[in-house]
Amino acid sequence: MKRVLSLLLSLLMVLTLFTACSPAASNGEPEAEEEPGPAEDADVIKIGVFEPLTGMNGGGGLQELGGIEYANKVYPEVLGKKIQLVVVDNKSDKGEATTAVTRLIEKDKVVAIIGSYGSAVSIAAGDIIKNAQIPAMGASCTNPMVTQGNEFYFRACFLDPFQGKVMATYAIEQGAKTAAVIMQNGDDYSVGLANFFIDAFKNLTGDENSIVDVSEFQLNESDFNAILTNIKAKNPDVIFAPSAATTAPLIIKQARDLGIDALIMGGDTWENPAIIDVAGEDAEGIVLSTFFDENDPATEEAQKFVEGYKKELAGKEPIIPAVAALGYDAYILLRDAIERAGSTDGVAIRDALRETKDFEGVTGIINFTEEGDADKNLAVIKTVKDGQFVFVDSVEVK
Amino acid sequence: MTGQLFLQQLANGISLGSLYALLAIGYTMVYGILRLINFAHGDIFMMAAYFMIFSIITFKLPWFVAIIIVITATVALGVLVEKTAYKPLRNAPRMSIMISAIGASFLLENLATYLFTGVPRGFPDIKVLTTTVKIGGLSLTIATLITPFVTLILLYAVLFITNKTKIGMAMRAVSKDFETAKLMGININKVISSTFIIGSSLAAIGAILWGSRYPSIMPLTGVMPGLKCFIAAVLGGIGNTAGAVLGGFILGMAEIMLITFLPAFTGYRDAMAFVILIVVLLVKPTGLLGEKVTDKV
Repeated sequence: MKRVLSLLLSLLMVLTLFTACSPAASNGEPEAEEEPGPAEDADVIKIGVFEPLTGMNGGGGLQELGGIEYANKVYPEVLGKKIQLVVVDNKSDKGEATTAVTRLIEKDKVVAIIGSYGSAVSIAAGDIIKNAQIPAMGASCTNPMVTQGNEFYFRACFLDPFQGKVMATYAIEQGAKTAAVIMQNGDDYSVGLANFFIDAFKNLTGDENSIVDVSEFQLNESDFNAILTNIKAKNPDVIFAPSAATTAPLIIKQARDLGIDALIMGGDTWENPAIIDVAGEDAEGIVLSTFFDENDPATEEAQKFVEGYKKELAGKEPIIPAVAALGYDAYILLRDAIERAGSTDGVAIRDALRETKDFEGVTGIINFTEEGDADKNLAVIKTVKDGQFVFVDSVEVK
Repeated sequence: MTGQLFLQQLANGISLGSLYALLAIGYTMVYGILRLINFAHGDIFMMAAYFMIFSIITFKLPWFVAIIIVITATVALGVLVEKTAYKPLRNAPRMSIMISAIGASFLLENLATYLFTGVPRGFPDIKVLTTTVKIGGLSLTIATLITPFVTLILLYAVLFITNKTKIGMAMRAVSKDFETAKLMGININKVISSTFIIGSSLAAIGAILWGSRYPSIMPLTGVMPGLKCFIAAVLGGIGNTAGAVLGGFILGMAEIMLITFLPAFTGYRDAMAFVILIVVLLVKPTGLLGEKVTDKV
């Protein structure tokens, strides 16, 4: 009996390892397997798309992919050749991420990579991208570590220190004096953004004790009652809970069920219809920051994009998700750089990307900083009203 | 710590514990009969939640009809898994059937991802279960309130079946000695199917209560509850039905109390559950209510 159980225990431990990187279905099979030769010889140019299509960030990854695929439809060619997207699913998992990126580089021989939604997987893949000298363009990965010390990783979005500051500023403008923070242990995006918020909030209030509670939870957790009961006892003015769209509605719903009426805020991942679908009426009044608002197109490209993509989305999603806009921008930024580089050499594309100047994207005029980040200082704040995401304010932080 | 905070946490703990208990019964019963950890149990639970979503949201059935359909469909799925993944291996070494169980678990997860995508789905809002009531300063949903009672009633029903009915007697006989029971003319396949029927229907009820409290359902929803409930079953003494319920209550309560009294360790909640498992296996491998000698010589 004892032996059987200890055997079971070891099996269980092995099993937990598997579930951590659970092999979900691979919807994102690369479309082209028949052309293994180097990209230069083929009559297509391959760009890898590295996104989570399943797992905790599956919903967001699909939204981003939609934007990238639409961009490919609008601008299908570069250097006189057809651009072929090779999509791989990183399953929202750091282990899978390295496999997926290696596959793009070694097997599919892509000339550049777009992605990923979720900073943790982008960070995990960073070293492989750097060593292979394949330029990568992140669309919505906001953690600073994605591009830090990696001259081949660029991104089209703003960063978490900025986003944390925007949310802290907004909370204080709403009269908040105290805040509670909930973050997901082991998720670089959630932990990073939560800490930047904490720093900014303490700074802006000038009060070290203004953060009354910091709680952590783990992947696949559903029960937040205990954490929220603790928070309720401390009665904060706002709850900041950057988390994936799978988890967020559970936090929101359980908070409201417990009778917590504090303002609940999150980051860019929250602009996902799944949250309203799952949390229902309880989602009313949540606040989030995001990259883009379809009602306020910043450029001509944006106007074109909103009109075209709205038709594409008809019936599927009520609003254009900001990450789709960023996915679109990531694609056109890369395409522009390849065109200017005049070749598909990784280093040449990287240099062209660096020289990008006043590029007219959907999410605004884009220039890159030394680090490879889009130099942006504008965020859009949205809330949920009558079951829809609505624009509240756009915030500029210097 | 105020009394009210403590009472609220107590309610959270009892309610979470009774959800664990419902699932743990399924693990423990299958183990009792087949000496098999049914790793697919958590995924059958996940599928039950999806069945509920489809019957109410897609087919617009009233909730009481939907509950009956969901239980029936889940039972069918549980029996199907047993017939296809476990029955052909009845005479194979125990390790093979366990690997088959892990395979069945992955198959269900991947099938769900393929069919329903990885995007979370909202669980239907059944007002009878999700309405919030305030008692004193406590705020509880009806699902939270009734879960412990549902669990206890079902535990009583399961104990009644195993101790007072003919099929229950057969179950006990098979669990004592598989071979002899077979020789005595007990229809082993029928007994095993009944075990899966009971386990799966409890998983279905568990899924409905779980979904009403934690309404975000995705293909990996069953993984964590599955593992936790396995721990609960081991803690209570695997093979012992009342033990599984006790184990579930203790585990749920321990998780909530960890957060209540040691708020700095909220991130170690899952770790603690596994530490409990290791400690039980080291100190008292038969669990709290497990029989001393379960293995035949």
